[in-house]
Amino acid sequence: MNQQSITKPYEKAVVEVKNLSVFFNQNEAVKKVNLSIPINKVTAIIGPSGCGKSTLLRSINRMHDFEPIARLEGNIFLEGEDILLKSVDAVSLRRKIGMVFQKPNPFPKTIYENILWGPKINGFKINEDELVEQSLRQAAIWDEVKGRLFDSAISLSGGQQQRLCIARTIAMKPKVILMDEPCSALDPRSTGRIEDLILELKNEYTIVIVTHNMQQAARISDYTAFFYDGELIEYGNTSKIFTTPVLKQTEDYISGRFG
Amino acid sequence: MISRHHKDIFFKRTAQVTTFLCLGVLALLLYHIGREGMSYVSLDFLSNFPSRFPEKSGIKAALWGSFWLILLTGIFAIPIGIATAVYLEEFAPKNRLMTLIELNINNLAGTPSIVFGFLGLVLFVRGLGFERSLISGAATLSLLVLPMIIIAAREAIKGVPRTLREAAFALGVTRWQCTIGQVIPTALPGIMTGIILALSRAMGETAPIIMIGALTYVAFTPEGPLDEFTTLPIQIYNWASRPQEEFHQVSAAGIIVLLLMLFTLNFAALLIRMRTEKKVKL
Repeated sequence: MNQQSITKPYEKAVVEVKNLSVFFNQNEAVKKVNLSIPINKVTAIIGPSGCGKSTLLRSINRMHDFEPIARLEGNIFLEGEDILLKSVDAVSLRRKIGMVFQKPNPFPKTIYENILWGPKINGFKINEDELVEQSLRQAAIWDEVKGRLFDSAISLSGGQQQRLCIARTIAMKPKVILMDEPCSALDPRSTGRIEDLILELKNEYTIVIVTHNMQQAARISDYTAFFYDGELIEYGNTSKIFTTPVLKQTEDYISGRFG
Repeated sequence: MISRHHKDIFFKRTAQVTTFLCLGVLALLLYHIGREGMSYVSLDFLSNFPSRFPEKSGIKAALWGSFWLILLTGIFAIPIGIATAVYLEEFAPKNRLMTLIELNINNLAGTPSIVFGFLGLVLFVRGLGFERSLISGAATLSLLVLPMIIIAAREAIKGVPRTLREAAFALGVTRWQCTIGQVIPTALPGIMTGIILALSRAMGETAPIIMIGALTYVAFTPEGPLDEFTTLPIQIYNWASRPQEEFHQVSAAGIIVLLLMLFTLNFAALLIRMRTEKKVKL
């Protein structure tokens, strides 16, 4: 067991991960992790490739349900309710916990339909035009696409597609938004726009972002969790982690000495 | 001594010659049939029933028979084929039984059509008592084309990127909603291409239809699915097997009509493929 230094945020936790372990067959990808995600903050998860960051993230909206070889132990509480219980319906859980993926993945439909497909299929009572405009505005892409809402989403640039994916997630009015390296396929300018957007969004949503880019974590997050080899090594205030980390291992990683 | 360079050129030339050989044979065939039958192709030819006199012979009965047959085959085979493919790709557990089923479908796709004809004769014509009707023919052809449709649809569904499914699931939809709302629409062009190719194969099939006892001389158009019928290939075969030279030319005219229809179908499939290659590139 590595040394650990975990400082619990003083804000109210929306998601509380308790003793979570994730196994793929015999391989333990996430090892007894305890992590509390504070409300209306950006929490960044950093660490070298294969350290279990994405695996942890995908546990929170139960995406591992589709992996027959994945096995989860421990608990994840969303506002007090253990969402890993078999009795919890993963489908309705995902309406409350949205996800933005590494590679932009808009539906091959129009921009308008991309926003509305989720709310409509879930039977939400909505004013369609209003929800489309509101979601696109919140995702800071309205001005670029308002004249071509009925064009195919595939015709947008990569950065625009990713913002559309964020708009699509917001349209579901989730409590938490999980972002799995949302900028890793984008150029610096698009990355900058998405970072600004994330800072805007945290007023209304709780955001958990996995990133490879340490400057990004430093710029946008309030709390940072450093993972290594499936374990949570250090967790605390972002400015503290990046300026005066408690553990040598964290410091080495942040200063680029390994990873 | 032959250098590597010369070997390379030799190989390239050989490949070119064999390619053009195939095309050449096709061109020769088209030329030959065109010369034989073109003079018999006319509006009358399309709207006349067969006759003892070559110049009065037409393919109206066969044309309508083929149309009905393909329509019914589509009605039977398309829903079953797509449903099977969706089940196998999206819902079926990965176990031995499924592997066995998969293996069987692949084998069925390579089974000689006469075997299906025999099955149709025993099962539909005699067993279920549909006699020599369009229903028997269409059901038999459905069995024949089902494996092709299933395989094509499965490939199309498999081609839908995992990221698209994840995007849908992340919005809190069930597997069924994801399949209906995203997977099938995205896979549809591929599925359509497979269906068109399978149906055009069904249109050209002769052996199983003869086996179940489609008639060779029909002077009426089918009115409903329980009527007797003939089809284009059977009519062509019938004319070609007559002794008179003129009927061979009538037969060639029939081939021209059949080929035109098949080319049209294949061209439609090509268009669908080309349109989607541009559109979906996730």
